[in-house]
Formats: sequence, C-alpha cells, structure tokens
Amino acid sequence: MTTPLAPAGDAVRTGDAGGAPAPVAAPRRRPLLRAVLGLLLPLVLLVLWHVLSTTGVFSAVQLPAPLTVLEAGADLLSRGELWTHVGISTQRVLTGFLLGAGLGLAAGSFIGLSRWGSALVGPTIGAFRAVPSLAWVPLLLLWIGLGEDSKVTLVAIGAFFPVYTTVSAALQHVDRHLLEAARAFGVHGLRLLTTVQLPAVMPSVISGLRLALAQAWLFLVAAELLGASMGLGFLLTDSQNNGRTDRLLLAIVLLAVLGKLSDALLGVFEKWAVKKWA
Amino acid sequence: MGTSLLGSAPSTATARVSRKRAFSVAFDHVGKAFPSGGQDHHVLHDVDVTARPGEVVAILGPSGCGKSTLLRAAAGLDTASAGRVLIDGTPVSGIDPRCAVAFQEPRLLPWRSVRENVRLGLPSGLSRAEGDAVIDDLLRLVGLTAHAGHRPRAISGGMAQRASLARALARNPGVLLLDEPFGALDALTRLQMQDLLLTVHAAQPTTVLLVTHDVDEALQLADRVVVLGRTGPTAPASISTVLSVPGERPRDRASEVLAELRVQLLGHLGVDAHHPAAR
Repeated sequence: MTTPLAPAGDAVRTGDAGGAPAPVAAPRRRPLLRAVLGLLLPLVLLVLWHVLSTTGVFSAVQLPAPLTVLEAGADLLSRGELWTHVGISTQRVLTGFLLGAGLGLAAGSFIGLSRWGSALVGPTIGAFRAVPSLAWVPLLLLWIGLGEDSKVTLVAIGAFFPVYTTVSAALQHVDRHLLEAARAFGVHGLRLLTTVQLPAVMPSVISGLRLALAQAWLFLVAAELLGASMGLGFLLTDSQNNGRTDRLLLAIVLLAVLGKLSDALLGVFEKWAVKKWA
Repeated sequence: MGTSLLGSAPSTATARVSRKRAFSVAFDHVGKAFPSGGQDHHVLHDVDVTARPGEVVAILGPSGCGKSTLLRAAAGLDTASAGRVLIDGTPVSGIDPRCAVAFQEPRLLPWRSVRENVRLGLPSGLSRAEGDAVIDDLLRLVGLTAHAGHRPRAISGGMAQRASLARALARNPGVLLLDEPFGALDALTRLQMQDLLLTVHAAQPTTVLLVTHDVDEALQLADRVVVLGRTGPTAPASISTVLSVPGERPRDRASEVLAELRVQLLGHLGVDAHHPAAR
C-alpha cells in the first residue's frame, strides 16, 4: 500500500481490457485483417460487374463496364466538373448535418428533460417525423426557393430526427441515483445537464449522430434530384436524361464511398468518445 | 490499523481554508406519508430528536422503517409531510448547502476520475487553486492520493466509498449525512471504514447523522443511538428509544459495556441476543 491510510484490504482492480488473450485471432481484434475481409465482397462485385458487362449479358447502355465508368469519372475530372459535384454535395451534407444535429440535440434535451415539453411538443414532433423526406421538397421549393437554403434545410430535417429521438429517449433513462447525488451537491439546471445528463447519454448521442449522417446523405440526394444544377443528385438525374449510364453508376459509387467515408470518420470519433464517457 | 489511521489525522486543509462547521439538527415532530393507491401510507410518525453540533448520532432500525427518509428530509431531498427539520435553528427547504450526503452506493460519475468526482462536492465560490488544495487534502485524508486519476470502475468498492466520503467532505458540511455508507461493503472493509470515519470526524468535527442497521457500527461510532421502530406491521415508525453510548472513540470492540448495550439495542430491534440477561 502506498499510503499509511489506505486499508490493506482493497487492492486496485485493473480494467478487464487486454486481460485474457483471445485463443483464436477473431477479426474483431485485428483491424488489418478486418479491413481486408471487408474489401473482399466489393472486389467480387467488381469482377462480377466486369464479367456481366463485357460478355454481353447486359448491353453497354444498361450496364457499362467498370472501366467505362472510371473513364467517365476521369472525363468529368478533366473538365473540372467532378470536384464541383462532390464538393457542393459534401458541403450541403455537412452544413445540413451540423444544423440538424445541433437542433436535434437542443430539442432532444428539452423534450427528454421536461415532462411538460414532452407532453406538449413530443407528439407533434413525432408526426412531423412520419412525413417522408420527398414530401417536403415541393413545399421547401415554394417557400425557400431553388437555392442552397432549401437543400440545406432538407438535409437538416433529415439529420434532426435521429439525434432528437436518441437524445430525448436516452435522457429519460439516466441513472436516477447519479442525478440525485449531483442534485444533493447543489448541481441543477443547465449545470446538471452538462455535468451529468449529457455525459451519461454521450454514447447514445453519438450513435444518433451516425444515423443522422446517413440520413443526411439520403435527404441530400432527395433534394438534389428535384431541382439542382450541381451535386451528385443532379448528376444522377442529368445522366438519366442524357442516357449516360456510366455517369449514373459513377454517381452511385461516389455516394457509397462518401457515405462510408464520413461514417468511418464519425466511427473514429465514437470510439474515442465511448472511451472517454462510458 | 486504527492507530495508523489516527496517526495522520489532522489535515492541513483545516489550516488553509476555514473548514470547521458543525450545526445542530432538530427533527421537530417529523412525519412522512407517501401517497399509495389513493390512500396515504404513513412511514414516519412524530419523530422528535435533536442532534447537538459536532455530535455523532446513529439512526438505527430494521429495514424499511424510514431511516433513510428521515435523513433525506434533513438533506432536503425529501420534504416531511408533518413537522419540520431545523438545521442551526433555521428550517430546511430544498437542497441544503449546509449538508452533504454520502449514499449507500458511492454514486460516482463513471466518466470522471476520483479527483474530479471529489471536485463535484466543492462549494461554489472557491478559486481553482483553493479547490485543488482542498481536494488534495481530502484525498490524503481518505487515503486515495495514489488513485486520484483512476476512474471509479477501476477501484474497489471500499475505495469508491472513500471517494464518496471525500466528495461529501469537500462541501465543508455543517452536517454530514451518511445513509448506510458502509452497508454494501464486506465485513473487514466496513470496520476499516468505521475507523476512517473517526479519523475524518477528528479532522473535521462536523455533526454526523449516520443511518445504519448495524448495531455494532452504531455503538462504535455514535455518541447517541436513536432507535426507530414500529408498534405493528402497518403502523408508522417512530422513536422507540434513544441511548447514549459511553466512552471515548475509538472504542474497544470487545468492551463489556458495549456488549450490554448491544443486547439492549437488539432487544429494541426485536432480535433475540441469546444473552442470559435478556431472558
């Protein structure tokens, strides 16, 4: 024992992490192996795609070969259009996500903490949540117009609900003992929210954020499909109108890659946050 | 163990920041009823007792008799439905800054280190440096200096309970309310914690109300023991007796005087002590 005061009975319990070595190298424990395994299926799909498009099962208009799609991408890149589409879409997703997630956090905190708030406002928000994303588009165009604002608003609507739902639900299940202890030490109101309630629901907040980001991409495409002159959603409709299936597939692949990439970034943040707060 | 605990008792915290307060606690005909199914369920009835400043009073009783309810009324976590609680002569209304509570469970914030958990107890108005000094002294007092940076889940139950005690002391309470603080610990750790509480009380001689169901704990720590009891299975609890415990602390655990008191107390609690004098 390090200090004379410390009773001899209680030794420090070390955390269980890293304790027992796993008998079999499960993929969960080896990130490199996991990454390789994750890439297997996309490679198989790519090969299958190549075979189906080059052996004449599908015509070049129905399914252009992977290389054709790559060339289409290079072509757009050389004209400087690719970065415009990717850039503007990413920008819309990020601004809309930040806006929607921020509002979702605020509204979720309010509803989750106040019985009056949840009784008064909860059902209404629930009803708005049930409205499909595309249903908002005509109204937003009418009210806000064809510009950036209407698209960012739609993305924000998409990002709002997952954060709102997870935060408001999680706040209602914060350990009452902890809350009471903090209150007994004079912590209340906004300070109670920041010292106990929000840290306690942090893991739920972050899984809500991940859902919100996925929703943001969904709603982005909805916004860009109807009334846009730039962006990946526009690339989709524009290619459909011009019969450019290669560009259409390119847009789909780019959406998949961007969505997965942004989710992975948030996943890194989640790991850090779970370590810190859980 | 007990002597080494007492050896390092007087903390420098008392010297740097004035940290000596002790208030009287008066339960003035306190009653408590909880609404249950349209009818009120009476838990406590006419509890009338006063703890003097600096006194250690143990509240003893069978489980479910409203011991904790009484303590929570003093802390302002619950309100009495009859009578009132006065601290230092003024009634308690709402969470009282003159009190600090340690619960049966440590109730530490799992995402904060031991040190930052103790910081939660500090009263407002202290500078960062003053607060740090107080925390350092308290961690030393409860023997957690070496584990200040640990998360609660990485320390033992006894250590977590010491952190909870340090957090309560950080508030510089005039009244320290302990709700079965050692109840969930193993028997040996419990004895060590009792000695630690005596050390703490010597360093910071505040009024202590200790809720317990452990007769020996009450006899070892308290100046007076208040026994709560019920007259029937559905009747509310009230004070069945108040006993003064003689002797300087720490007390001889094998003392014959205490053994006699133990038999008396067990009798009040309705437990057969299997002692010739009690038959």
